[in-house]
Amino acid sequence: MTSSDLNWDAIVIGGGHNGLVAAATLAKSGRKVLLLEAGNEVGGAARTEEFAPGFRVSAVAHLLNRLHPDVVKTLELERHGLTVERGDLVPSVALSKDGPLTLHGAYGEVLTGASPSEQSAWKELRAQLLRYAGILKPFLARRPPDLGGLSLAEMTGLGQTALALKKLGKEDMRDFLRVLLMNVYDLLDEQLSDNRLKGLLAFDATLGSHLGPRSPTSLLGLYYRLAGEIGGLAGAQMQPKGGMGAVVAAIRAAAEKAGVSIRPASPVARVIVEKGRAVGVVTQSGETLRAKTVVSAINPATTILDLVGPREVDTGFVRKVKNIRMKGDAAKLHLALDRPPQFAGVDAAGHKGRLVIALSPDHVERAFNPSKYGEFSPEPVMEITLPSLADPSLAPSGACVLSAVVQYAPYALREGWTTGKPKFLKAIMGALETYAPGIGASVRHAELLTPADIEARYRMPGGHWHHGELQADQMLISRPVSGWSGYDTPLEGLFLAGAGSHPGGGISGAPGLNAARRIIAMRA
Amino acid sequence: MAQATRKKLVETEVDTALDARTAAQSHFRTLRLGTPFQPRIDALGLKQDWYSWAGYRAPHSLWDEELEYFAIRSQAALFDISPMTKYRIEGPDAEAYLDRVTLRDVTKLKPGRVHYTAWCDDEGFVLDDGTLFRLSPTRFRLCSQERHLPWLLDSAVGYEVSVEEETEAVAGLALQGPTSFAILRDAGFAGVERLKVFDLAEFAHDGATVTISRTGFTGDLGYELFVPADKALSLWDRLMAAGELRGIRAIGYTALNRARLEAGLIVANADFTTSEHAIRTDRLRMPDEIGLGFMIDPAKGHFNGRRAILEARAKKKLRHVLVGLEIEGNIPAEHAIVYYRKSQEVGLVSAAMWSPMAKRNIALASLKRPYGDTIVDDLWVEIYAMRELQYQKLMKKAKVVQRPFIKLDRRTANPPSDF
Repeated sequence: MTSSDLNWDAIVIGGGHNGLVAAATLAKSGRKVLLLEAGNEVGGAARTEEFAPGFRVSAVAHLLNRLHPDVVKTLELERHGLTVERGDLVPSVALSKDGPLTLHGAYGEVLTGASPSEQSAWKELRAQLLRYAGILKPFLARRPPDLGGLSLAEMTGLGQTALALKKLGKEDMRDFLRVLLMNVYDLLDEQLSDNRLKGLLAFDATLGSHLGPRSPTSLLGLYYRLAGEIGGLAGAQMQPKGGMGAVVAAIRAAAEKAGVSIRPASPVARVIVEKGRAVGVVTQSGETLRAKTVVSAINPATTILDLVGPREVDTGFVRKVKNIRMKGDAAKLHLALDRPPQFAGVDAAGHKGRLVIALSPDHVERAFNPSKYGEFSPEPVMEITLPSLADPSLAPSGACVLSAVVQYAPYALREGWTTGKPKFLKAIMGALETYAPGIGASVRHAELLTPADIEARYRMPGGHWHHGELQADQMLISRPVSGWSGYDTPLEGLFLAGAGSHPGGGISGAPGLNAARRIIAMRA
Repeated sequence: MAQATRKKLVETEVDTALDARTAAQSHFRTLRLGTPFQPRIDALGLKQDWYSWAGYRAPHSLWDEELEYFAIRSQAALFDISPMTKYRIEGPDAEAYLDRVTLRDVTKLKPGRVHYTAWCDDEGFVLDDGTLFRLSPTRFRLCSQERHLPWLLDSAVGYEVSVEEETEAVAGLALQGPTSFAILRDAGFAGVERLKVFDLAEFAHDGATVTISRTGFTGDLGYELFVPADKALSLWDRLMAAGELRGIRAIGYTALNRARLEAGLIVANADFTTSEHAIRTDRLRMPDEIGLGFMIDPAKGHFNGRRAILEARAKKKLRHVLVGLEIEGNIPAEHAIVYYRKSQEVGLVSAAMWSPMAKRNIALASLKRPYGDTIVDDLWVEIYAMRELQYQKLMKKAKVVQRPFIKLDRRTANPPSDF
């Protein structure tokens, strides 16, 4: 009996980490689940891939900082090979010609390289940021509130948030509301004075979005980052051994254990709709597969406009889906190096951490400016990791892998990426050379993935790793579109479970988990 | 010297630019546009009683409301429908596109036919109603009250279809009344006798083509004619000449509005508020709430609003109903409040008149369900009749009756009668 003879309870489209989480969670509830992955390998943008002979790297996401604890628990990922130990947590280093500044532990439990007054200012700001991010945190693991008809559970959830706000005390609550939609630049100016620290925070707040630190609401990005946790520590980060692919392997193992049938190299051509209900899919090879529930863990716009087709949904909905902003503004750089680079003034532990080039909030803002007009940053900001230092299996002996997220690199570069890419690479290498002299001469191979490349390679429209800008107007009850934020769609039996849905991107598994929980609650 | 010359040149350039801008701004001098028929209508508009129909200067009445109405019922009335919004929709996917945009099954509308339809937003609320003309297998004309180009264009995503507004390019006339067929025949439109109700065909006119359909808004024998704007006046003259001995008269909207009420037809933004205009949430209407439920075909392919409409039906969320009322006495109950047991407000009359044809006091009213739906007894309307600067309040019994209020055999008779 082949899988096409079966009638599945659920078909999950897309084997990115959210698709795997959704499939595994549904299978654990007793459903017969088939997962269809277009590529030859599951994992999506969380794969570990070889980019030069003997050099492997986490494809797009290279730091684990928000894998949701409910995902770890529900799927028993620790039993399937995912380990997180306190010692795995890595620091963040703000590079500077004046010497580096380092945030140790979980997002700067200890700050070194700064003046004593800055250290105490940071201590206070860090506590405040985590306190405020903590208010928003419970929203991550829940369906956004359904304004049309709040269920008792949703009411209780909102009530708890109100209570948490109240617990802040009057002054803190006022301040929480004051700063919520603020830009990160002004907030940093209020509380800090060290440009290196402010630059790092400004970078983190705007990482992965089309915002500069001075853009209104840019602080939300920092809250989103700090609402994540690893090993129970808010704001912590690690580089998984074996790259991000190892995390995916654990989720995949959990899915297979739960009985999910995984079929790679099976791109879906369309979703079958009968009388307003999704009843299955047709693969690009022409196979028809039917199921009670279809879960799409790929991009929401691709799902609706390409797989379902505008003809099966209403005009207003098509309008909303077409209006989702998802033009990526970040590039990914992979370098195969003859030897580990030496970043000036950075210790061994720092080299195993996250190295950030963002000299000041102004540097980030100036890097952002050209991207508004379709140009890349001539002086880009970036976060760099050297994953092979902690996991030598990723590079040939003695050699080193460098993985960096570089901003800003607008998806629609005005001059086009064909001619723009070599120029951008040159600008990036120039910046790297400043902080790690001699690095250029040790490059054996360089791979720069622009948003256009990321789009093509990872089937992410716009090359946007959140599958939709993560800004206030595309968050929570407005994600992926207003009116349809609860993982369901206007088509009965069709659900969305990818990063394009609430809460958003990053290796969290939260959209996948929330979607599966929604389906289970609906008994769909 | 050189400098002076250059300065002068710059000044001239500025003047030219300013002139061009001023010329382009003159639209405000024409507060209401004229239609292609305006020279003829202006000449007949003895009452100078104009209103704005979609930005065009249209007559309420040209010479006498009463006689204009009786022209529709006893002779032939010529009414300028050029301001009606018209869209040309064309392409291999035009049928599928319109089937998704509008409520009724367009796959059942044959080329050479017209149907009355409506369209809804995602929530199932009516955006507008109108008529859809199928000019060929791949070409349609959609006529409506409101403008919808952004909606229609956004709806075209995923279809091979072009949507173009042709309101200005195409002039329209309604020729309605018992002698309308005879006039067209005498005007030389050979073969017009073959048109059955809701048929359309093309005829030669003045080196161009006129599309004549046996349609109208009066419940009477009648036709609608669409012609390129530059052939409008010659068409008008051709009809007027042929109709002279058959009592053809130009009319205004007041007369037409009476005829349409007798025919039980509704008018957008008069009998219901279109969803893009409604500000208050309880003013929105689903098709079932304004008597258009018959258009909904759950068996056809997906159409805008389907999910919401079927859900409202299943969950009994329909809150209003549009009914025809027959009211005792002969005082028109225009905009009267409808009561249950003379005390409980249950709705409002949106159009009312003493019908000379039905010899009944008729009205259209929007009621809150279950009134008008399952509870139809003991309904009353409160009419405020102005009597020499004092309102006389009349509480009159109202009976829910079938629409249309009048049914004229000549409307559908084949071949059409020669009066």
